[in-house]
Amino acid sequence: MKILISVKRVIDPYVKIRIKQDNRGVETQNVKMSMNPFDEIAVEEALRLREQGVASEVILVSIGKDDSQETLRHGLALGADRAIHVHTEKSFESLNIAKILQKVVDDIQPQLVLMGKQSIDGDNNQTPQMLASLLDWPQATFASSIQVEGDKLSVTREIDGGLETIKVTLPAIVSTDLRLNEPRYASLPNIMKAKRKSIDKIELNELNLTLKQHVEVLNVKAPPARSGGVRVESVSELVNKLKHEAKVLG
Amino acid sequence: MSVLILVEHDNKEIHPSTKNVLSAALTMGKKPTLLIVGSQCNNVALQAATLKGVEAVWQVDNAVYEHQLAENVSKVVAELADSFQIIMGGSSTFGKNILPRVAALLDVAQVSDVTAIIDEHTFEHPIYAGNAIEKVKVLDEKKVLTIRTTAFEPVAMEQEACCVERINHVVPLTKTQFVRHELSASSRPDLGSASIIVAGGRGLQNAEHFKMIEQLADVLGAAVGASRAAVDAGFAPNDYQVGQTGKVVAPVLYIAVGISGAVQHLAGMKDSKVIVAINKDEDAPIFQIADYGLVGDLFEIVPQLIQELDSART
Repeated sequence: MKILISVKRVIDPYVKIRIKQDNRGVETQNVKMSMNPFDEIAVEEALRLREQGVASEVILVSIGKDDSQETLRHGLALGADRAIHVHTEKSFESLNIAKILQKVVDDIQPQLVLMGKQSIDGDNNQTPQMLASLLDWPQATFASSIQVEGDKLSVTREIDGGLETIKVTLPAIVSTDLRLNEPRYASLPNIMKAKRKSIDKIELNELNLTLKQHVEVLNVKAPPARSGGVRVESVSELVNKLKHEAKVLG
Repeated sequence: MSVLILVEHDNKEIHPSTKNVLSAALTMGKKPTLLIVGSQCNNVALQAATLKGVEAVWQVDNAVYEHQLAENVSKVVAELADSFQIIMGGSSTFGKNILPRVAALLDVAQVSDVTAIIDEHTFEHPIYAGNAIEKVKVLDEKKVLTIRTTAFEPVAMEQEACCVERINHVVPLTKTQFVRHELSASSRPDLGSASIIVAGGRGLQNAEHFKMIEQLADVLGAAVGASRAAVDAGFAPNDYQVGQTGKVVAPVLYIAVGISGAVQHLAGMKDSKVIVAINKDEDAPIFQIADYGLVGDLFEIVPQLIQELDSART
């Protein structure tokens, strides 16, 4: 089967973000960027399915500016076969991203689309569900285990209070949770090989989509700061303060 | 402006988060309709009808909705959404699974994890693991929202039961099949709604030591949480995880034991009213947000704390 994976270029998870002076967003100039961690898990799962002989081709797609190609190149170095870059200078809300991905799915005809459960910048956790909805495909969100059973996938999902296992008929959308796997590192020979793999660049306007703006960002601000606390010296001082000062213990 | 709330439940009991979502809806000034999609869920409908501020309860009851899978539940919600401007639910794994699918069916945006409702078009929600708050205006006529329940006080009072309307509507499931649930058994309060949480991190070193956290939780009547490091190391099951990729909690008291305070963990608990940190590393980032910090060896401090609380109790 062909597996399509959507990957997003985001600020590296270990970077402390800075809010822009004009409160219009978060500073991304001269900030270390990387592949969204949940997307790396999706790439890893696809590569494992290819190693098991289940997947025949692993194709990456990313939507964004030219620097998205760096993220795609990283995915190719991990072992993906080829990549598609949908070029646009604009950024879009989840629904429009899902509509762009729907066009790519129509074109590629994968049996499985693997996506991160959320990107760590917007934290929305929407695009996989929206894409599944637009395609009228089944979805298995927050996957922590995937088994292929003929034309079905058995997927264990992380839900509040435990785990749930469902079976979905392919083609399907699966969104990855943290515990699905541990992504590999790119090896040097693979980084060299990745340079020769192809990235197809498509201009967004070639896809003949009419995308309407659904959301306007009014401002971005820092969360309210917590006031500095105090150090206590002993357990009895702590219990005493919790009882009489904070009044949170009876 | 009318509001439809998709109710989370297990076919027997209404999920407590419904009271917080209801409270978010009431801030917009109109009584919402509660939608219950399930199988043999009369009891849930009866409970919903007595929640303060509920206008009406719609119950869509059929065996096909037993496990509330996203594929058909989202269609039911979208098809019943005609006369509503706002469709909302809690931002639990239940709400997050279904509501984006509803939004796409309606061809509208969805706002995730709403923490403040400015007006019926304008909402705030955290981005970048809670390190920034984004204020958005939704341009669509209809809005689909998931509500961060800890940002809204639950409705407290009950009312005379409002009317429950049973709607006969069947969307068959064709491509998805429920197999099984494995729920973690616990007699402690639910992590999402507990007023006290005791959480352990990598500092506990192993699963055996993690039991100390459970003992401390039991003397306090608290829920147990864990950092991602503790879960990944196998000290605690994954549904204990507090953080950006686990549960977001805001109890009255949060006690972090052996947790350094990585950004990903802080995103899940920094809205707690009072934070206590117990850590041997005095430079651990957790101390920057803790109201009370105790530097020292947790293997000495926690047993002392258990003893002190236990003797105070008896």
